[in-house]
Amino acid sequence: MNSRHPLLELTLVRFREFVREPEAIFWVFVFPILLAAGLGLAFRNRPAEVLKVAATGPALVRALRLEKRLDVRPLNPSLAVEALRQGKVALVVETAPSGVTYRFDDTNPDGRAARQLANDAIESAAGRSNPVPAVDRLMREPGSRYIDFLIPGLLGMNMMGSAIWGMGFAVVDARRKKLLKRLVATPMPRYYYLLSFILSRLFMLVVEVGVVAGFGMLVFGVPMRGSLAGFGAVCLAGSLAFCSLGMLIASRARTIEAASGLMNVVMMPMWILSGVFFSAERFPDALQPAIRALPLTALIDALRASMLQGAALAHVAPQLGILVGWMVLCFGLALKLFRWK
Amino acid sequence: MSSLSAPPALRVRNLRKAFQDVVAVDGLDLEVRAGECFGLLGPNGAGKTTTIEICEGLTDRDSGEVEVLGLSWEKDARRLRERLGIQLQETQLSEKLTVHETLSLFRSFFPRGPSPDETIARVQLEEKRNSRVGSLSGGQKQRLALACALVGEPDLLFLDEPTTGLDPQARRQLWEVIAELQRAGRTILLTTHYMEEAERLCDRVAIMDHGKVIALGTPRELIASIGAGHVVRLSSSGSPLDAAAFGALACVAAARTDDGAVEAQVEQLHDALPALLDELERQGRPLTELRVHSATLEDVFMAFTGRRLRDE
Ligand SMILES: Nc1ncnc2c1ncn2[C@@H]1O[C@H](COP(=O)(O)OP(=O)(O)OP(=O)(O)O)[C@@H](O)[C@H]1O
Ligand SMILES: [Mg+2]
Repeated sequence: MNSRHPLLELTLVRFREFVREPEAIFWVFVFPILLAAGLGLAFRNRPAEVLKVAATGPALVRALRLEKRLDVRPLNPSLAVEALRQGKVALVVETAPSGVTYRFDDTNPDGRAARQLANDAIESAAGRSNPVPAVDRLMREPGSRYIDFLIPGLLGMNMMGSAIWGMGFAVVDARRKKLLKRLVATPMPRYYYLLSFILSRLFMLVVEVGVVAGFGMLVFGVPMRGSLAGFGAVCLAGSLAFCSLGMLIASRARTIEAASGLMNVVMMPMWILSGVFFSAERFPDALQPAIRALPLTALIDALRASMLQGAALAHVAPQLGILVGWMVLCFGLALKLFRWK
Repeated sequence: MSSLSAPPALRVRNLRKAFQDVVAVDGLDLEVRAGECFGLLGPNGAGKTTTIEICEGLTDRDSGEVEVLGLSWEKDARRLRERLGIQLQETQLSEKLTVHETLSLFRSFFPRGPSPDETIARVQLEEKRNSRVGSLSGGQKQRLALACALVGEPDLLFLDEPTTGLDPQARRQLWEVIAELQRAGRTILLTTHYMEEAERLCDRVAIMDHGKVIALGTPRELIASIGAGHVVRLSSSGSPLDAAAFGALACVAAARTDDGAVEAQVEQLHDALPALLDELERQGRPLTELRVHSATLEDVFMAFTGRRLRDE
């Protein structure tokens, strides 16, 4: 009777445990798609909205109605102010002895936009002609929309989450149940156990990235401008870095609670700082070097560069370097610290 | 069965191990012969698990010698692992795998051994071959754990409390499996705190307390060593009985009070019983309960330590 190679058996165990856990499948495959779909819908690029404004006096109403992007309601001054306060209109235009008065909240972009449109309409009704003719050209190309920015961010976040959660919970659970101790009581080489996580992760990575990126490309037309090989190399480096980080996090914890606290402490800052949902550039300059050194920032930057700008592998070398650095550091530490009993 | 000249399967000399301020193993000597089923019997905290895990190479010792199958952990760890079958006191195998999947995993670690299906048959889990581990009963899980120890066709089997926590029926079922292994000539070291288990399964037993072996021999020898084949228990209503008066009787080897009753160890029942009843009569105490049983390892433990193996 020849049995299968232990590494294959161990990797099969990882798959079996994964597919027999419906929650895990939800978090890894369904959740990112729901998130992408939801955010994609919420932030879809819409044609400029028609803004609601209130005007006092028929002459003003007539002048404003020449502007198609304004929805004008004639109201008396007190009702108009009330409507503004309740947010029913973005702007109130009143006749004043010296011309017109605009009432609006200048922290509200709709208010500022409405004021601009209203002022232009009133001035051109009064006979102003534009000294410099201008033409509007609208940018709604794939690659520069929010969904294009978002999909690589979600991919990175997903790779981090599934590597760290997948590794962390399984290892700590096995330690708690004394299964690790039972395994080291067999002739199994210890590194096979850790290697089986990495092997199964890499296989799952293909499916996972395929599903989310495929969804983005098919449903939202997110571009994939870089070479598939370059994109794959970035994913591989990212996933290995996070596997090592997960292994380090799981190397000593004895309880699920301790491990999950640790995982949150490690991942939370990256969810916020690494530019998943908005650009990391928004944080103060002083923080930038630290943010750039985070593995998730490096991964997401490299993914965006590859997918959206079609950057070659050489262009994302700094990010790949950061990822490999994290991988080596975490893996080395994890091997030193790992507690089998 | 085994010739006395054959090298022992396990030899432990003056073994010591302390955890911080707790001395778990305190100068322990042990020798398990090839082909025998050897029992380590002792109460909770006696140091059984610590001892067996040092022999399994899972815990480091503070001092002493350990030789397993003529090899040492320092030099031959990898070879030893291939030749040992190990069941830990409390391993929970992955609940999501089936019985067969679990055994093929463990089988893949060993260079030789029976197929998973043969192992399943050995522990009588055929009907559960494709069931998830999570759905097994406690007894079935223990039999699976035993099967995992058998996949490599081990030369020495370590079983740490294989039946603890099982109901009597499941325990008996497991005993059958272990007795079958013993009949097949396997060398087994098992720990237990059930004296009945040790009496039934073990060729020789070491009774352990506070990290030391306090008595060693076949169950029969151990029971004979306390010089009393039977234990008579007398209860009376009212104040506790005075053991000393009963112990002074010529036909009583030893007597002690236990929960207000007297337990007397006697050799000849037909002499001792009338004498004990006469003594009770003389004290003017009415007899409310009389129980007699043949001495067991429990009584041996009691004779050596004055305590019970388990707190019922
Ligand atoms: N890892 C450890 N750290 C600290 N103390 C320990 C450790 N392992 C065992 N001990 C202590 O060593 C003593 C012996 O424990 P051990 O587990 O060997 O007993 P045992 O005979 O197997 O008991 P049981 O029948 O309850 O399994 C106990 O007092 C226990 O508290
Ligand atoms: Mg124990």
